[in-house]
Amino acid sequence: MTVTQEIITVAMVVLATMLTRFIPFLIFPEGKPVPKYVQYLGKVLPPAVFGLLIIYCLKNVSIFSGSHGIPELISIILVIVLHLWKRQMLLSIAGGTVCYMLLVQLVF
Amino acid sequence: MTELQIKQQKRREIRSAFRAAFPHTIPIFAGFWFLGLTYGIYMNVSGFSFIYPMLMSVTIFAGSVEFVTVNLLLGAFNPLQAFAMALMINARHLFYGISMLEKYRGYGWKSFYLIFGMCDESFSINYTADIPRGVDKGWFMFFVTLLNHFYWFFGATLGGIFGSLIHFDTEGLDFVMTAMFVVIFMEQWLKEKNHTSSILGLLLSLICLCAFGAENFIIPAMLAILAVLTLIRKPLEAEKGGDHS
Repeated sequence: MTVTQEIITVAMVVLATMLTRFIPFLIFPEGKPVPKYVQYLGKVLPPAVFGLLIIYCLKNVSIFSGSHGIPELISIILVIVLHLWKRQMLLSIAGGTVCYMLLVQLVF
Repeated sequence: MTELQIKQQKRREIRSAFRAAFPHTIPIFAGFWFLGLTYGIYMNVSGFSFIYPMLMSVTIFAGSVEFVTVNLLLGAFNPLQAFAMALMINARHLFYGISMLEKYRGYGWKSFYLIFGMCDESFSINYTADIPRGVDKGWFMFFVTLLNHFYWFFGATLGGIFGSLIHFDTEGLDFVMTAMFVVIFMEQWLKEKNHTSSILGLLLSLICLCAFGAENFIIPAMLAILAVLTLIRKPLEAEKGGDHS
C-alpha cells in the first residue's frame, strides 16, 4: 500500500467509527422531542450493554481447553465479593486483577 | 464580581472537575496504558513507524478496531472493506449514543469531544458515575474522556517507539478491563430496582457467543437485546418501580 492508500484506509476507519458515535445525535437533534420508544431504549439499554461488555471481555476464554476459564471465574468472584464488602471501586478492580495475574503467572 | 474574579472562579471549577474525574480513570490508566502498549508493539513488529500508532490512537480511539486496522493496512487496498469492518465492530456505540442523548448535550464544543471520544470505558464511567454536587458535569465528563484518550495515546506511542525492546512480565494485566466492567455492572445492579435488562444483557450475549463464536457474536447479541427489550416494553414500563436511572 502507498502512503496515500494507507491514509485513505485509516480515514475510512475513522469515518465509520465517528458515524457509530454521532448517528444517534444527528438523527435526534437538539430541541426536537426524542420519540418515546428511543427514550425507553436510552433507559433500558445501558444495563444490558454492561452485561454485553463483560461477555465481550471474556469472549476468548475457552472452557474446554487451557485453564478452562478457572482463573477468570475465581477472579470475578473475588471482584464481586470485594465490591459487595467494601464497595470501593478501585479496591475491587485492583484485587481482582492482582489475583488474576498471580493465578495465570504462578498457578496455571 | 470583577472580570478577574470570574476568571478565577472558572479556573477553580475546572480544577475541581479534574480532581473529581481523575480517580474514576485510574483503572483505565492501568488498562489502556497496557493495551495501548500492546497495540503499539504490535504495529512496531508489523513494520510500522511509531507515527502510525501515535496518529491512529488519537484519531480512531477505539481499541479493538485499531488492532484490526493493522491487518487492513498489511493487506490489499480496500477502503470499502475498511469502512464496513469498522462500522460492524463499533456498532455498539449506537447504543451508547442513544443512552447519552440527554447527558452529552448542551456543553458546546465539549459535547462534540464527548461524542467523539465515546469509547466503551468513557461511556461506562460517564453513564454510571455519581458526579459530586457542585462539580461541573460537562467538565467532569470532558476530563474522563480526555484522560482516557491520553492514556491510550501514551501507551500506543510508547509501544510504537520501543516496540520489541520492551519485555513484559505483566501477563494478565489486561484483566483490569474485565474487572472494571464487572464493577460497573454491579454498580448498575445495586442501583436499579428491576434487573431484567442487566440479566438479559448477560444471558443473550452469552447465548450469542456460544452460537456465533468470539468474532461474530456482537451484532447478533445487539439485535437480540434490542428485540427482546422492544417486546417486553409494555410490561417493563407498566412496572412503575422499574427505575433505571
